[in-house]
Amino acid sequence: MSNSYFERYNSRTHSIGRISTVITLIMLIGAPFLIGSYLGAMPDLGATAKAFISVGLVWTVSSVVEFLVYTPMLGAGGGYLAFITGNLINMKIPCAVNARDIAGAKTGTPENEIISTLSIATSSLVTILVLALGVLLLVPLQPVLQSPALQPAFENVVPALFGAMAYKYFRGNMKIAAAPLFIMSMLFVFIPSLTSSTSFMIIPAGAIAIGIAYALYRKDAKT
Amino acid sequence: MGILSQLNSVPMYAVCGAVIAFVASVCIIFMIRAYRAGISMGMDPVKLKRAISSSATFSVLPSVGILLGVIALSGSLGTPWPWLRLSVIGALHYETQVAQAASEAVGMGGLSAAEMTPQAFSTIALLMSICIMWGMILSVFFNKTYLGKLSGGRKNGSAGGGFGDLAMTAMFIGLVSAYIGSYIGGLVSGNGLFSFTGNVMPLIVAVVSGAVMACFIYLAEKKKQAWVDSFSVAGSMLIGMAAAVLIKL
Repeated sequence: MSNSYFERYNSRTHSIGRISTVITLIMLIGAPFLIGSYLGAMPDLGATAKAFISVGLVWTVSSVVEFLVYTPMLGAGGGYLAFITGNLINMKIPCAVNARDIAGAKTGTPENEIISTLSIATSSLVTILVLALGVLLLVPLQPVLQSPALQPAFENVVPALFGAMAYKYFRGNMKIAAAPLFIMSMLFVFIPSLTSSTSFMIIPAGAIAIGIAYALYRKDAKT
Repeated sequence: MGILSQLNSVPMYAVCGAVIAFVASVCIIFMIRAYRAGISMGMDPVKLKRAISSSATFSVLPSVGILLGVIALSGSLGTPWPWLRLSVIGALHYETQVAQAASEAVGMGGLSAAEMTPQAFSTIALLMSICIMWGMILSVFFNKTYLGKLSGGRKNGSAGGGFGDLAMTAMFIGLVSAYIGSYIGGLVSGNGLFSFTGNVMPLIVAVVSGAVMACFIYLAEKKKQAWVDSFSVAGSMLIGMAAAVLIKL
């Protein structure tokens, strides 16, 4: 199949992605006002602005970084969907990386674009389905999900995810992984308060890993 | 009617359900288009189906974790709004933090149903929406240009040819390193520098989960059981999480 087919597909993906993102944005911003009219009390815009300055700016910076870092990993379709559906670090990124790895697709290729879109769309639909079922069965499920015996399991979903991913990606790339793992461990040991900013520490850890990967890549290219 | 009854009423479910239904339909459209394009480009249908099945199994457990976030927030915000936020755009760690900050900004002592008023709710809901919308806005304006520049760089060789793929793997390794490092730091200095009395559970769970992943990889690579690939992450997570339950018994 020619490149022009993929270019047409990609161009249409951007059009659909932009339109659906704008509609979702309008719905998400409009919903509080619609709910406000139902409840008989519109949002307090002054309080919203004040709270945005105190907490929103941090998330704005975080969003810019997430966009710059994760868009190349996700491609066009996956990118639009992931930013609409959220839960990037704890689900969508590892999910797309895992699917890409299983399919053997390379970053920036049409195959990666297809696999990434399929992966993010599937992951989002599963979350929507699980949450819909959960809400539907909230009364019988609540005591089970909130039982003290199961709390340690649900408190450790992210460590379980990253433990599995660590083995999978570190084992063939120890030269790349050793330094960021050591440096991050030392940083968290000496400055324990950084634990609350782990999502921001991804940036220096990623930069170190990319720097080492580039040095190894150049070395391999020369030999 | 009490505030929680209003927040759990049929109109609330209708508003939130409509947004979720729209986003679900967008996902289905993207999925069908991608699958058809993959077939048209000559990709192996088995590979495409494995991408779908592995992503589905991968997402179940984190989704149950997210459901707990809905339950946690439903006590103060009702069920429909957290259901919408966590189904569509939100992130588990984000929603609670912003909802808490927003409740303080509207003069509440904290996020609780006892202090919730209709205006406090609509203000909190608006703030939760605008704080996390920037990724979407950036996508609308810059996704195409940004990806175009990256692929242009690749075509010209200025991005280092095959380095792009390695860079993405390295970025992901950095991401995982930051989290594993935080578990080590939490154990060693979580309760004071070098006290070694911090929370050991995340590290144990990560190690168990990693060990189970090693078994799955052994089965896939040495025993040629390629089908386990689709379930390896979900299976590793499940056993890692089960280890946490057993340790706490």
